[in-house]
Amino acid sequence: MISIQGKGVSTGVAAGPLYFYQRAKSTIRRYEVADREAEWERFKAAQAKAIDQLGVLAEKARAEAGDEAALLFETHQMMAEDMDYEEAIEGFIKESGLNAEAAVTDAGAIQADAFAAMDDDYFKARAADVKDISGRIVGILCGVVQGGIDSDVPVVLAADDLAPSETVQLDKSKILGFITSGGSGSSHTAILARTMGIPAIIGVGDQLKSEYEGREVIVDGGTGSVVIDADEETRERLMKKRAELIKRQELLNQLKGQPNVSKDGHEVRIYCNIGNPEDVHAVLENDGGGIGLFRSEFLYLNCDDYPTEDYQFEAYKKVLSDMGGKEVVIRTLDIGADKMIEYFQLPKEENPALGNRALRICLNRPEIFRTQLRALYRASAYGKLSIMFPMVASVWEVKEAKKMCESVKAELTAEGIPFSDDVDVGIMIETPAAAVISDRLAKVVDFFSIGTNDLTQYTLACDRQNNDLGRFFNAHHPAVLRLIKLVAENAHKEGIWCGICGELGADLELTETFLSIGIDELSVSPRSVLPLRQKVRETEVAAVKEKLIDDLMSDMNTL
Amino acid sequence: MKSFEYTITDPVGIHARPAGLLVKEIKGYSGSTVTLTKGDKSVNALKLMAIMQMGIKQGDTVSVSVEGGDEEAVAAAIEAFFKANL
Repeated sequence: MISIQGKGVSTGVAAGPLYFYQRAKSTIRRYEVADREAEWERFKAAQAKAIDQLGVLAEKARAEAGDEAALLFETHQMMAEDMDYEEAIEGFIKESGLNAEAAVTDAGAIQADAFAAMDDDYFKARAADVKDISGRIVGILCGVVQGGIDSDVPVVLAADDLAPSETVQLDKSKILGFITSGGSGSSHTAILARTMGIPAIIGVGDQLKSEYEGREVIVDGGTGSVVIDADEETRERLMKKRAELIKRQELLNQLKGQPNVSKDGHEVRIYCNIGNPEDVHAVLENDGGGIGLFRSEFLYLNCDDYPTEDYQFEAYKKVLSDMGGKEVVIRTLDIGADKMIEYFQLPKEENPALGNRALRICLNRPEIFRTQLRALYRASAYGKLSIMFPMVASVWEVKEAKKMCESVKAELTAEGIPFSDDVDVGIMIETPAAAVISDRLAKVVDFFSIGTNDLTQYTLACDRQNNDLGRFFNAHHPAVLRLIKLVAENAHKEGIWCGICGELGADLELTETFLSIGIDELSVSPRSVLPLRQKVRETEVAAVKEKLIDDLMSDMNTL
Repeated sequence: MKSFEYTITDPVGIHARPAGLLVKEIKGYSGSTVTLTKGDKSVNALKLMAIMQMGIKQGDTVSVSVEGGDEEAVAAAIEAFFKANL
């Protein structure tokens, strides 16, 4: 077994024979032409043909992968007749008498080098576009037919890097996955592989040797691993993962864009819990309706000192703009208890779960809180932001926190910094106290989100980190469910929404209960969105409502 | 000559696609010469790759000048294009 590690840029697992891409090699001859005008005309004809071909590719890409993919080739069409590029070619042909093939190659190299020398990764990667266009024109000049895959069975395709036109011309039914020695996450192989749902691994360098051709290879685009001649155990593990991914994909095809509505019309919003800005990708991929819990702790955990306002602002802004106007609930700093950060210099406590944590730290140290709130409100101009405070036990805490929001907004207004005036402010319900007084709390906030992990631990007085307490820590305990029901009722009496962002939200055994209680939103890990949607769509709330609540609330076996 | 300044708000800056749209737009004003300037670099706004190679990012301020033709109207139209697309 040979294991190679690259960078996964498109998820999925595929297995098949390894095949090296056969590129039509055209050795460019250089010579001086006799009739320079005729050579120029020969170039112009090839250029026109290249533009036609790109038009065909644009339509093919549009049909396979949508308008965005087509735009790539439309831009290539324009680059093929770029003024500087064309002038350089004209100069080489008309002034130096160079043949068209060599003139195009040289002019392409000049432009490609200029892109390759840029600082920005996106523009660097454009060097490949110029080379691709030049290669196409040269190919037409030489009369070369574009290459393909000469194999009867589908293969895992290996190449140094694939040009966009090469990728789109490939016979997709023959490709199980891509491996490239070079490339970047924004290369066309990566982009098109993602759009077309084929696994791709890039940057394997010279680890992939041509003598491996034809041998069985398994690629995992999620982890970037390439395994040749896998042993039994590895093979079994990867094939199991493959089956899971395929199942998820089927679910996705079937459920993407579908509403989360029960058979009898009860709708629930399914949002996602995320821990850093990169997770947004998974949210959108799994068709999450928004973000119900963005844990802001990562910003603090990744730093050696308090993160600055600008640093936080950029992170929040990225998530808000990447979510394109869908709601994003950002939870303010929630450290303490099991999450400790050195530079906060919090004294060791006897009882950290009941100690100085979350909103309590923020209210005790308003300068830290103020920095975060300023960053949040500044970012609110870039999307639909909601702010959520963790670990509330009393109404006064919420009032004090909201007062700080008001003073931050006043500061920003005075400084002329834009922010949205449509930011909802809500709280997590994770202490029994908050659940019991949720009727009062509902009057001062815009929403509730129930944190079931902590709510269970505090309600049952049972440490969730203690392995010996497994059977005592029962999130289905009627006490917990009664509190959830109470909170939802109190929220609705005041006309605000109530969600669940703890692990219980994804518990399919309770979906019916949550729907019948009238929970408005379930925030779960991105992977859980579609299974949950499926469950919701299979549920008939009216049929289970009374009976279910009764059973769950008073079951003698769990009580 | 008529010119205006504009600060790019598009998060990705002038990458390939918007540069292509820009050149397409400028092509419509064949009577005028349009120049795009960032810092000490100026390019003819018909030159797609040269525009991309300026590496214009969000927050960069560029200046656009129009010479020849109906300068007022062309500059106004191009400015509207920048506001709508960049």
